[in-house]
Amino acid sequence: MRQGLEIQTRWTYVFVTLLPLRNRKGLFRDMVTFKPYAYFRLLVVFAVCLAVSVLFGAGVSWAQGMKIGLQPPATDSAERIYDFHNMLLYIISGIVAFVLLLLLFVVVRFNAKANPVPSKTTHNVLLEIVWTIIPVVILIIIAVPSFKLLFKNETIPKPEMTLKVTGHQWYWDYEYPDQGDIAFSSYMIPSDKIDHSKGQKRLLSTDNKVVLPVGVTVQVLVTASVNDVIHSWAVPAFGIKTDAVPGRMNHTWFRIERPGVFYGQCSELCGKDHSFMPIEVWAVEKPVFDEWAARSKEDADKAQEWLQAEHSPADTSKGSSE
Amino acid sequence: MGDHEHDHKPGFFVRWFMSTNHKDIGTLYIIFAIIAGLIGGSFSMIMRLELQQPGVQYLVDAAGNPDGHLWNTIITAHGLIMVFFVVMPGLIGGFGNWFVPLMIGAPDMAFPRLNNISFWLIVPSFLLLLGSAVIGGGAGTGWTVYPPLSTSGHPNMAVDMAIFSLHLAGASSILGAANFITTIFNMRAPGMTLHKMPLFVWSMLVTSFLLVLAVPVLGGAITMLLTDRNFGTKFFVPEGGGDPLLYQHLFWFFGHPEVYIMILPAFGIISHIVSTFSKKPIFGYLGMAYAMVSIGFVGFVVWAHHMYTTGLSVDTEAYFTAATLIIAVPTGIKIFSWIATMWGGSIEFKTPMLFAIGFIFLFTVGGVTGVVLANSGMDTELHDTYYVVAHFHYVLSLGAVFALFAGFYYWIGKMSGRQYPEWMGQIHFWTTFVGVNLAFFPQHFLGLNGMPRRIIDYSTDAQYASWAEWNAISSYGAYLAGLSTLWFVVVVVYTLFAGKKASANYWDVQPQSFTLEWSVSSPPPFHQFDIQPMVR
Repeated sequence: MRQGLEIQTRWTYVFVTLLPLRNRKGLFRDMVTFKPYAYFRLLVVFAVCLAVSVLFGAGVSWAQGMKIGLQPPATDSAERIYDFHNMLLYIISGIVAFVLLLLLFVVVRFNAKANPVPSKTTHNVLLEIVWTIIPVVILIIIAVPSFKLLFKNETIPKPEMTLKVTGHQWYWDYEYPDQGDIAFSSYMIPSDKIDHSKGQKRLLSTDNKVVLPVGVTVQVLVTASVNDVIHSWAVPAFGIKTDAVPGRMNHTWFRIERPGVFYGQCSELCGKDHSFMPIEVWAVEKPVFDEWAARSKEDADKAQEWLQAEHSPADTSKGSSE
Repeated sequence: MGDHEHDHKPGFFVRWFMSTNHKDIGTLYIIFAIIAGLIGGSFSMIMRLELQQPGVQYLVDAAGNPDGHLWNTIITAHGLIMVFFVVMPGLIGGFGNWFVPLMIGAPDMAFPRLNNISFWLIVPSFLLLLGSAVIGGGAGTGWTVYPPLSTSGHPNMAVDMAIFSLHLAGASSILGAANFITTIFNMRAPGMTLHKMPLFVWSMLVTSFLLVLAVPVLGGAITMLLTDRNFGTKFFVPEGGGDPLLYQHLFWFFGHPEVYIMILPAFGIISHIVSTFSKKPIFGYLGMAYAMVSIGFVGFVVWAHHMYTTGLSVDTEAYFTAATLIIAVPTGIKIFSWIATMWGGSIEFKTPMLFAIGFIFLFTVGGVTGVVLANSGMDTELHDTYYVVAHFHYVLSLGAVFALFAGFYYWIGKMSGRQYPEWMGQIHFWTTFVGVNLAFFPQHFLGLNGMPRRIIDYSTDAQYASWAEWNAISSYGAYLAGLSTLWFVVVVVYTLFAGKKASANYWDVQPQSFTLEWSVSSPPPFHQFDIQPMVR
């Protein structure tokens, strides 16, 4: 009992010393006599409690499946980006934690009460060299895999097929030159027409899907129509984002590793309905793709209907907690 | 004769509308920045209200459909106002005008009438910008004003007004910068060599060079935009042999130095505050000064890292990745030198110091996400997502704006002769700190989840994302920050009318941190340094 009390007292002491109270005993007196700082200190405590509870709340919600990270990758390019980001996350978290700890230490150890007489130090050549060299080393550690990632992702291997994407205000045109001139436009399904039972997603699903085979190296040519504005064709799960610029033909590539439905959105401000020109890619097995392509040559609309009725891939774009 | 008294002030109209006094012009700039900040901030409140929940609740047209163009107009106005009419006038026009002459022992700026023109150009510039948001449907181009959206995509006069607004703001900046350079090079008190100059003056010198070199490029780019729009030129039109990407190169050749133009004066202010309240001389003074010079220099050769997704060649991207990463080194020197200044000090946590410590930490957070974005391979995923929004708000909204507040609390006693009540300032700091972090930290998650920036509505059906939750939290944080800004207005009004009288050196600035503004009364006499001070 006595020991319990002591521990409790000690904790109370720790808690109270953590409060920025210069005059602990007089707190209530100051509050009664309306000294503003008494209330202010309570506010500080309140703010700290709020911050802690928010962090706690964020932690809980994250544990409950709130997403905080990159989308699950579906191509090797995206996988490399994912891994590189994980590495960067360790480094930058370490740097932030280091700076935060230094600041906290300085605040606790060198506040006016703890250290009444300031030192007279003005410089320390060795220290200054060290904190120049170490960041350089860290940057080299970042730069090497960064260049590997860049050259690997942007060097286009021999493509097995081509997809041509043309941005318009505010929809996308798709062409498949290798499959005999398949071409169609793709518009967002309006919010009031969304059918969740078909797995459609508000603001992300399109009427005509971009159909692509799994395991095939696809070269994507991206442009915007003449007299239009700049758009950007992006699919986060594929690790690609390429601007569609009028008068220019940009190219990118990917090889989808698993079947599924993948979403993207226009990523360059393009006017009124910039928010409403999504990208929906259906990645299907090669034979299904081939049949779809054959049917598309006859009638693109009917082929889309057939695909959506018969071969709708499962939505595998679940979160990373999967 | 009264005119011979050094504190003789002209009448109201002559004093405030025809001012050639650096302190009065500085005051005008600060009042201007606060007003513009309230307007720009209210735009961000509208944005956070709209994004708080999925669906479009507020920004709808007459038929009830989402009004994407209105949304684009609001984000454009928010960005341009905050950059050109809040941070720049506040830090450079406001604190720069007030304290550069005081710190170097000069009686005024080198060209007092030029100074007056600088200020009175920015007022019509701001009116043109506000006009561009309401006339002709508004300019919904984003603050970058990329063609063809800003040319063929905006046929009416809104974008022309925005271009003229930027012309005037640019002219104002160039004149101001020329004035600062001349003042700093020629009007320092005897004995104040460049290497004895206060770091805030160093920061203004570097900033002024950046302005003089970068802003004319913006002027050229938007003039070409103007002629493309109105006189049939085809600089940025592919059918006429032009190239939309030429504009992006020109814009970012200005735009990237511009972000250092906004943050370098902040670096200067933070250095003074950290030194004063730690009661220690600034650690590594020369390293601090030359870190700013090198940041300014390297800032000119990294512009295309804003353009990684436009189809640059892979070697170009590799170069810009490497050059951009290098900026982290001088920035790191500054962060560590500030901490080393505090190390061994005897720190007092007054409001300016709280904002300064907040600045150091939050600027570090914004800095490391900058290192992430510097990598072209990584930026492909994050470009134009909320991750970028989080990044630049951490360095500007929680960096430059924290420095604005820090400088305000540090110097308001000097500028007005009245000191703010400490408890009011501390409430402002803590509510701002909690609010902006709640607002912007979740935006990293939104961006990593893949939420594009500049969209009016977002999906909640995607299983890979938690856009509804993070957007709601972000909005609540923004409201708290908004309330604390209103509280700031209360603090300002209370201080000006009822604040305690401030002594000449009300922070008790010690010799090791001393700068000349603490040697004159609070407020300083209308004309200071009748007898030239000597610096040992």
